[in-house]
Amino acid sequence: MDRSTAVDGPTGHVRGGAVRLSPLGRVGAAVLANRKAAAGALLLALFTAVALLAPLIAPYDPEASDFLPTAPPSAAHWLGTTSLGQDVLSQVIWGARPSLVIGLIAGIVATVISILVGVTAAYRGGLPDLLLSLATDVFLVLPALPLMIVIAAYLKGSGTWVLIAVIVVTGWAFGARQLRAQALSLRGREFLEAARVRGERGSYVIVCEMLPTMTSLIAANVLGAALYAVLAAAGLQFLGLGDINAISWGSMLYWAQNNEALQTGAPLWAIVPGLCIALLGAALALLNYAFDELSNPALRAARRARGRRAP
Amino acid sequence: MAVIARRLVFFVITLWAALTINFFLPRLMPGGPVLAMMSRFRGHVTPQAMRSLELAFGVDIHENLLAQYIQYLGDIAQGRFGLSVSFFPVPVAQILMQALPWTLGLIGVTTIISFALGTLIGMVAAWRRGGLADSVLPPVLVVVSAFPYFWFGLICIYLFSAGLGWFPSGFAYDLGSPVALSWSFAGQVLRHAALPAFTITITSIGGWLLTMRNNMIATLSEDYVRMARAKGLSPLRIMVLYAGRNAVLPNITGFALSLGFVLSGALLTEIVFTYPGLGYLLYQAVVGEDYPLMQAIFLLITVAVLAAVLLADVANVLLDPRTRGHQYR
Repeated sequence: MDRSTAVDGPTGHVRGGAVRLSPLGRVGAAVLANRKAAAGALLLALFTAVALLAPLIAPYDPEASDFLPTAPPSAAHWLGTTSLGQDVLSQVIWGARPSLVIGLIAGIVATVISILVGVTAAYRGGLPDLLLSLATDVFLVLPALPLMIVIAAYLKGSGTWVLIAVIVVTGWAFGARQLRAQALSLRGREFLEAARVRGERGSYVIVCEMLPTMTSLIAANVLGAALYAVLAAAGLQFLGLGDINAISWGSMLYWAQNNEALQTGAPLWAIVPGLCIALLGAALALLNYAFDELSNPALRAARRARGRRAP
Repeated sequence: MAVIARRLVFFVITLWAALTINFFLPRLMPGGPVLAMMSRFRGHVTPQAMRSLELAFGVDIHENLLAQYIQYLGDIAQGRFGLSVSFFPVPVAQILMQALPWTLGLIGVTTIISFALGTLIGMVAAWRRGGLADSVLPPVLVVVSAFPYFWFGLICIYLFSAGLGWFPSGFAYDLGSPVALSWSFAGQVLRHAALPAFTITITSIGGWLLTMRNNMIATLSEDYVRMARAKGLSPLRIMVLYAGRNAVLPNITGFALSLGFVLSGALLTEIVFTYPGLGYLLYQAVVGEDYPLMQAIFLLITVAVLAAVLLADVANVLLDPRTRGHQYR
């Protein structure tokens, strides 16, 4: 290992300047190179495919209660039926949609707010930084779940969009703090000074100069926020907040728990939706973990240190 | 100390933010839920209680908002949270005091256990880079930490309570048994706490482990660690006293930051296990549409988190001399 490999792109396999990838391309290549990230990406792709193809692959109408209630798994109903006689497998398949939609939208919206607050704070400095950081810290410390529960309880029976809004309001602060720290480390660098000397506007400097250097951290943030959103939505739906009549993994758990599915011979009704939430969460967490390695130079440097220490 | 004083100011601001959210939430909401609650209780409760509800939620009041707000802050400062509507006519404060010890016990103990275990394993994992603890545990725990706490709790009930019958599936002690300071009662409490504690510990340990491992990796490449190696100090001493001691500092800061997340999961766990702490109480309040109780629980949890964060801050100042400097940060 010579010195030049160490300073080349974060993936470690874009070497010698022969291949120059865009920041997004670099991220993609890194995901494939990392086993954990590849497993996460595969799972996520699987769930996305299930969600998109739900009308084609679901064996029955998920709402139709035409079957024998709480039937055990059989050839006709792989995961059995609910206490209302609905097909569990069809519900699981359709339930992928709300979870993915909430994760995707809440993840992106929360990250956009994190960027707006965190990067602006770092760029402006002074009083704006003080105030924005204070707001971030306050939202970080306010316990999110009780706050979400209280808000959602006031907006009883509200749908997906309210759920997303509640999650975003309580979930943007963590990312804002991380992005601010990263943006602070960029302050005073020559390419930013150059842009300022050219007379570029603040918004241009932030969007076109600063953000591209933070791609992997931003991607990690979207994943982290999406993970938070998926789990938070599942928790709220499980408590019966949100629309319990819409089919989602969380509301399936709500009905399964209220009908004592685990005790009355339909355990799969409670186990499978939870497992899906867990697997979707795991997919996002694995990808996030990989991005963390990607955006944190210390972890990469230390990986090479293993070789250094051996002799 | 200046750092602590600055943090205290921050806490006052956070508390004020929580109070303000609490005050404005029912007033901003589209009329429905509060009015519905009021009409449900009209006739069932005394006119004075009705009036106190109206005051608390700003319904049918012609005073201006500012006067209401000041009145509200004054009430809270004196510990008057109003009356619970689902446990009428018990004051909210009294209900909170019954639930608080269970939550403090369960979540306090499990958080300390998982912090200690996670930090220890993370330290060893980073020390033996590529060893079993390093290559297997982190990814496994990352996956586990993405599990919904409440679902993991359900599975634990299914396997260990309904299935094997090892542990009771809910509540904090055997129903009907008198609360007493005896060994048998203590045994009951432990048996009932075992499954929820296991659930919280397993699902929260991953976060501490990963932070510690990552800090430790950074610390291990420091010159003073290399120097210690060169001096031929024992590996255990280098691991714990040289690298570990320094790597744990950011973890204590992280402790303060992620406590809110852990707490949220733990509250859901309480609900699954019908453990009579604040989480389960919050659930009962939601089911009973008991808004005064709900808001008081939110406030109390906020205060608890702030207290824990303040403790972590004090610990950080005591452990890390750098934080005592004035130009720190």
